Amino acid sequence: MSATSQQQQRLIVSVSPHIRSEVSVSRIMWTVSISLLPALVMGIYFFGPRALAITALCIVSCVGFEYLMNKALDKPQTISDGSAFLTGLLLGMNLPASIWSVNPFLLHLPVLGSLFAIVITKALFGGLGFNIFNPALIGRAFLLVSWPRAMTIWIKPSAAFLGMDAQTTATPLGILKEEGAGKLMEVFGSKGSMYLQMFIGHRAGSIGEASVIALLIGGLYLLAKKYITWHIPISFLGTVAIVTWIFGGKDPETGKLLLFAGDPVLHLMSGGLMLGAFFMATDYVTGPSLRSAQILFGIGCGLITCLIRLIGGFPEGVMFAILLMNCFAPLLDRYMKTRPFGTRKEARA
Amino acid sequence: MPTFAGGIHPPDKKELSESKPITALKAPARVVVLLRQHIGAPAKACVAIGDEVKIGTVIGTPEGFVSSPVHSSVSGKVIAIGEFPTAMGRPAEAVVIENDGKEEWVPLKDEPNFMELPPAGIKERIKAAGIVGMGGAAFPTAVKLSPPKEKPVDVVILNGAECEPYLTADHRLMLEKSKEVVDGLRLIMRTLGVKKGFIGIEDNKPDAIEAMKKAASAHADVEVCPLQVKYPQGAEKMLIKAVSGREVPPRALPMDVGVVVQNIGTTYAVYEAVRYGKPLIERVVTVTGEGIREPKNLMARIGTLVSSLIEACGGFSNNTAKVISGGPMMGFAISSLDVPVTKGTSGILVLPEEGLFHADEYKPCIRCSRCVDICPMGLRPGQLSVLAEKGHYEDAKANNLFDCFECGSCAFVCPSKRPIVQLIRLAKSMVKP
Repeated sequence: MSATSQQQQRLIVSVSPHIRSEVSVSRIMWTVSISLLPALVMGIYFFGPRALAITALCIVSCVGFEYLMNKALDKPQTISDGSAFLTGLLLGMNLPASIWSVNPFLLHLPVLGSLFAIVITKALFGGLGFNIFNPALIGRAFLLVSWPRAMTIWIKPSAAFLGMDAQTTATPLGILKEEGAGKLMEVFGSKGSMYLQMFIGHRAGSIGEASVIALLIGGLYLLAKKYITWHIPISFLGTVAIVTWIFGGKDPETGKLLLFAGDPVLHLMSGGLMLGAFFMATDYVTGPSLRSAQILFGIGCGLITCLIRLIGGFPEGVMFAILLMNCFAPLLDRYMKTRPFGTRKEARA
Repeated sequence: MPTFAGGIHPPDKKELSESKPITALKAPARVVVLLRQHIGAPAKACVAIGDEVKIGTVIGTPEGFVSSPVHSSVSGKVIAIGEFPTAMGRPAEAVVIENDGKEEWVPLKDEPNFMELPPAGIKERIKAAGIVGMGGAAFPTAVKLSPPKEKPVDVVILNGAECEPYLTADHRLMLEKSKEVVDGLRLIMRTLGVKKGFIGIEDNKPDAIEAMKKAASAHADVEVCPLQVKYPQGAEKMLIKAVSGREVPPRALPMDVGVVVQNIGTTYAVYEAVRYGKPLIERVVTVTGEGIREPKNLMARIGTLVSSLIEACGGFSNNTAKVISGGPMMGFAISSLDVPVTKGTSGILVLPEEGLFHADEYKPCIRCSRCVDICPMGLRPGQLSVLAEKGHYEDAKANNLFDCFECGSCAFVCPSKRPIVQLIRLAKSMVKP
């Protein structure tokens, strides 16, 4: 084939660069979804197949609502980008498994949570990239506020995989808030046993939040892939550790605040902190994009979490902490400037 | 190993052509020599249709200080003067010369004591030879070597980074003409009265580092500086930062921090011009890419059409979709193969349809921070692209829009595949700097 005959062929003309990296939005979303699998598997192991059913229902609902909203708003279909799937997965992992076994009729909860997450929080704000709040967390917040009782019934974890009977119990944070650290020791036997059980995920809680080791595996995988960076998880977890160590202790006799007597390890492994710090606070769209702003964001999340856990009415505060800090993300980005090349630090514009 | 903050690691694809020695491409039957191959005022045609010219005859004279003469690259007859298509898109004035095949040169003479020439004499020869920056920007070299008195220059850096993927023209020159390049550098240092010269080379070219070290070993004032492999290491400001630690402020020039940077090809041309009085009538062009049969490093006459280069490399190998003048990160996609090689053409890259990225599919910014992390200029490219998309050009300007030199790293890493560079160019065209 000579060059001249080829010349008749139409050449593509576009602006540089002419090569692109392999990373795409859908690859990121599916990779994050995969990194959540260990924690989901542990949730299913301890809470039974109902955990899988609830999560699957959330995923199907979220993807379905995404599809319908794209149709209704006459937008290109986006269900294959994996973001709705991920929202459904995260929402499911943030729900208690009890909504299946306590009363089967509560199964409309995952659907309504998905509706709130995808339709109100995401699609009506303009779709992926334009939502202000983390859709899965808004979905959960909506359910918690609307069905406060159903959303706080916790199943006692048991490895009896197919057992559908369920005893209910309180979460470690719930026990800590209502009955104190002494009761927690009673339940778990010893401190070492408590740490071990919580590390594995053998404790009451939302489907995907309990297993610290599974969440760490997923989180470290995302860090290694550079899909997330250390800035938000470390500042978030670090803040919670320091504040709960300083202010988290109570005198067992008087019940008064005892400084530097808290149990940061317990707090780090409790509630939705690991899930939130690695998978929800790190959401690109609803967090700040400058690394310096992300550290402030993480610290803010940590402080609000501690405020709610130690002083507020709820035993757990990760969800509200992230949602409140979502509001500040644009402001943090605006305040923390990058340093353009060639300008020394004092010349910050 | 020294470098700069940010940057990316695209697949370098140098293996396609880095082991191919520079081969001379036969002068074509006719050449199309553009009168404007440089930044600044176009040269003015000083020949008429029918005139006989030799290789090296001046066919365009410079207009003004920032300008450059152009020379005929073949011997023969001027057959047309007019507008011709160019790689940049817009047609431009050119002189077309029919080659008589006699290969007659204007008289050249060897100046054995070229190293002893006075600085003004060196500069005069560089200017007369029509030498401009051959890395792509094509700024007249003689102007770059005339810094105003209040901006003393104390360092010259040769840019051997060649950080654009695929391109190997400078790599081959450093291997095959090491001594000449070092002499060219010393001539430039002499012109500027500079005592220290560096040659910055990315360490994916260990053979070039070795060759240049050997060639520079006799000269204590020349130092080879291996650099981390990272795009855009060869961008002027990034190179200066890596080699000297100095940061060129926004809107300032390298001379503001006492540095002059020169391209390898330019430096070789300086050597030839000062030693032999040879004008810039040919250059090394890397013809490469997965879409070309036989990638080569060709010494091609200025004014050779891209179609001749492609023919010389065996033609297209498979379903060719894109032909790029320059590298894949900052090069220009051309729509016609009838555009000529200019002094700034470092490569012709042929990309097949397979694996080609299509620019029309992109998603909204998800603020993943990748572009912020890698922007070598410390900007927020994603935000600039959103501001440009929404028409907030003044806001973009307030966010340092004009610091961007369009290296394309942001668009490369963007998971939403946004045309960030295109949007930034749009914003730049809509507001005054």
